[in-house]
Amino acid sequence: MYKIVKKEFLTPIICLMEVEAPRLAAAAQPGQFLIVRAREQGERIPLTICDYDKEKGTVTIVTQIVGASSRLICNLDEGECFTDLVGPLGIPSEFVEWKDEEFAGKKFLFVAGGLGTAPVYPQVKYLHAKGANVDVIIGARNSELLIFEEEMGKVCDNVYICTDDGSKGVKGFVTDMVDKIMAEGNTYDQAVAIGPMIMMKFATKTMKKYNIPLTVSLNTLMVDGTGMCGACRVTVGGKTRFACVEGPEFDAYQVDFDEAMRRQAMYKDLESEADHKCKIGLHE
Amino acid sequence: MKPNMKRIPVREQDPKVRATNFEEVCYGYNAEEAQAEASRCLNCKKPKCVAHCPVSIKIPQFIEQVKLGNFAEAARIIAEDSSLPAVCGRVCPQESQCEGVCVLGIKGDPIAIGKLERFVADWSRANGIKLADKAPSNGIKVAIVGSGPAGLACASDLAKLGYEVTIFEVLHKAGGVLQYGIPEFRLPKKDVVEAEIDNVRALGVKIETNVVVGRTITIDDLFDKEDFKAVFIASGAGLPKFMGIPGENLNGVFSANEFLTRSNLMGAYSAEADTPIYTGSRVAVVGGGNVAMDAARTALRLGAETTIVYRRTEKELPARVEEVHHAKEEGIDFKMLTSPVEILGNEKGWVTGLRCIKMELGEPDDSGRRRPIPIAGSEFDIEADVVIMALGTSPNPLIANTTKGLETNRYGCIVADDLGATSRPGVFAGGDAVTGAATVILAMGAGRKAAAAIDEYLKK
Ligand SMILES: Cc1cc2nc3c(=O)[nH]c(=O)nc-3n(C[C@H](O)[C@H](O)[C@H](O)COP(=O)(O)OP(=O)(O)OC[C@H]3O[C@@H](n4cnc5c(N)ncnc54)[C@H](O)[C@@H]3O)c2cc1C
Ligand SMILES: Cc1cc2nc3c(=O)[nH]c(=O)nc-3n(C[C@H](O)[C@H](O)[C@H](O)COP(=O)(O)OP(=O)(O)OC[C@H]3O[C@@H](n4cnc5c(N)ncnc54)[C@H](O)[C@@H]3O)c2cc1C
Ligand code: SF4
Ligand code: SF4
Ligand code: FES
Repeated sequence: MYKIVKKEFLTPIICLMEVEAPRLAAAAQPGQFLIVRAREQGERIPLTICDYDKEKGTVTIVTQIVGASSRLICNLDEGECFTDLVGPLGIPSEFVEWKDEEFAGKKFLFVAGGLGTAPVYPQVKYLHAKGANVDVIIGARNSELLIFEEEMGKVCDNVYICTDDGSKGVKGFVTDMVDKIMAEGNTYDQAVAIGPMIMMKFATKTMKKYNIPLTVSLNTLMVDGTGMCGACRVTVGGKTRFACVEGPEFDAYQVDFDEAMRRQAMYKDLESEADHKCKIGLHE
Repeated sequence: MKPNMKRIPVREQDPKVRATNFEEVCYGYNAEEAQAEASRCLNCKKPKCVAHCPVSIKIPQFIEQVKLGNFAEAARIIAEDSSLPAVCGRVCPQESQCEGVCVLGIKGDPIAIGKLERFVADWSRANGIKLADKAPSNGIKVAIVGSGPAGLACASDLAKLGYEVTIFEVLHKAGGVLQYGIPEFRLPKKDVVEAEIDNVRALGVKIETNVVVGRTITIDDLFDKEDFKAVFIASGAGLPKFMGIPGENLNGVFSANEFLTRSNLMGAYSAEADTPIYTGSRVAVVGGGNVAMDAARTALRLGAETTIVYRRTEKELPARVEEVHHAKEEGIDFKMLTSPVEILGNEKGWVTGLRCIKMELGEPDDSGRRRPIPIAGSEFDIEADVVIMALGTSPNPLIANTTKGLETNRYGCIVADDLGATSRPGVFAGGDAVTGAATVILAMGAGRKAAAAIDEYLKK
């Protein structure tokens, strides 16, 4: 079973869990995700693999409560088990394929929005360990929603913090911070932006000005996560792609963000119906 | 005495009632009806029916036992050739297989072989008949990828020979299409699918769910790290096709796989499930196979007015005849010789309709069926708030992409010979992963052949 060996609330709505999954931990790589079900009737919920310990056989996930299923996940306690947990899914980040000598002298900029900080972490850690230079921008609505600030500091060169309300770091959006550090004369070989779809859309607009290659990780709706349903389809470079098996990372400049945002909100009205009742009266 | 030419009718749920529930459409025969139907069989010396069953079930022999009321013996005879009779009795396209060639069909109704097979399987389950014992282990490990009919059939045969079999399944429930694709009203999950899978488990087969072969563990790891001596790939053909017409990514357009997976695997048709499903009020389903019928009839049961759009005529519909008949009875609207050209949407990006063009049949194509050609200027719109694409599926490339030296063809199907041997020694494959989307019984047949070939290979 997939036992939760550690649980910690990072903020009132963001919860970190370390879960036993030896096969998965042994195979996991940066950029990949897993799918959990919190209970027998549960939805299949995709979550990024935020860290993995191959020796202990555990993986770390960080979940933000946004709706019913993420709340169920965060309500599980240490010692309890997930009904199901499968992965690693998706294609690892491109640099996982690089040879060791390719990392030296490469400069990366990561732009993390809110919860996106968690998925950014394993990538930063990996690159840092391989000897690349990494700067990270972490943005959040306010200081209470900032996560991984300290951990990130240990695995990169510079962390830049900004909040929408100025309660911590610089007041402003991550895109403002990008402009600021570029104005200071920084240059990068590659940028990565992970966060809410809307933030990735604007990060893409901003980064384009500086002509820096940009990768985004798309958190589309998913059902199976194995390429079987097409719920996760996105338009990239004018072609339909399945984010779960052909992604989740894509070249930001090719992504149709407006369509992706519209598709992500598809069940919004349905989900917010207070009681999702059976339409045909099978179960009164 | 002249044989009775008329088939004993099978009891079914009233179409009006069943169009609003997910309970099984067909009730099947009771013992009396089954015996009466069985007694029509001529017990042919050279039974054509057997030749046209892909797993060569000894049809006249089991039917003879049904006639005599020896149902347990009938079950035993079927079990020699099939590990999923309650499933096949329900979903085989009998009209083009066993029943299609029954001699009685020349002048009257063919024997209801499928319904009898189903009766025997249901009876033996209800009466707790044990059909095979766990064989003593020979200690040799064989891995199977995928728990659909091909994987299950291969696993049972190998387990009966004493192999230690583990099935790895990526989803959280075993059964493949039987679990995620075919709906409850046609194939009950708990009483039929899960019960037949439990029979496979009872033979000693281990089923590990939540394992993506190719990612969680590769085929090479199975040999090198986990000491498996042979692998059978039965990963099916789950990748849905889309048409590539404008509007396909609008909100409200689903692949049949997504729609059916939400309803079946995730249980979204019932109030207890957390997974949502969106049906709107008018659904257009594109396609004419079993998958299209299943999606349409699911949408209907969820309360939508449903239309099936198919580019050829009713004669060419690839679905089982019984399903087409049931779908019509339930009130599904069939628009034949019609092909979509565009999905229409509103400013918010939601589907509002389907623009179609009328077709006519031209010369026969490669498949021998007359090719549909569009009639210029015949476009018309169908109102719809949900469009479901049921255009077929192809094999998932994941395993081929992560296994060195495994040959595939241009359709992405794994290349395997008649016995399932692939380009890699010790790696066998069968079912939809090799043939592309086909049928339950063909997948089972491939699994059984591969089991024999694996046994042969490991004995060397
Ligand atoms: C590859 C991938 C990696 C992900 N990694 C993480 C992660 O590490 N941590 C984490 O907390 N979440 C992650 N997500 C998002 C997470 O899966 C969703 O937040 C979750 O499915 C919402 O379920 P719910 O029932 O709680 O909310 P719902 O009730 O389904 O939705 C609540 C709100 O969230 C929106 N929403 C629904 N699904 C998503 C989604 N996939 N992404 C963004 N918003 C969504 C809805 O439109 C709605 O507004 C990831 C998604 C993907 C595809
Ligand atoms: C909706 C629908 C209705 C149908 N109706 C009928 C019918 O009435 N009659 C009929 O005869 N046929 C019907 N079919 C076709 C029939 O179901 C299939 O031909 C048959 O199930 C194929 O069996 P299989 O074992 O090859 O593959 P599948 O049943 O597809 O099983 C493959 C399994 O492998 C798993 N898998 C895939 N990749 C991996 C991986 N990398 N690692 C681990 N596991 C993996 C999948 O999750 C799946 O469970 C229907 C199909 C559908 C979709
Ligand atoms: S398995 Fe299918 S083809 Fe064979 S006898 Fe049974 S119903 Fe007929
Ligand atoms: S062909 Fe028909 S009549 Fe003859 S054995 Fe088969 S089922 Fe019976
Ligand atoms: S989630 Fe089903 S295909 Fe990607």
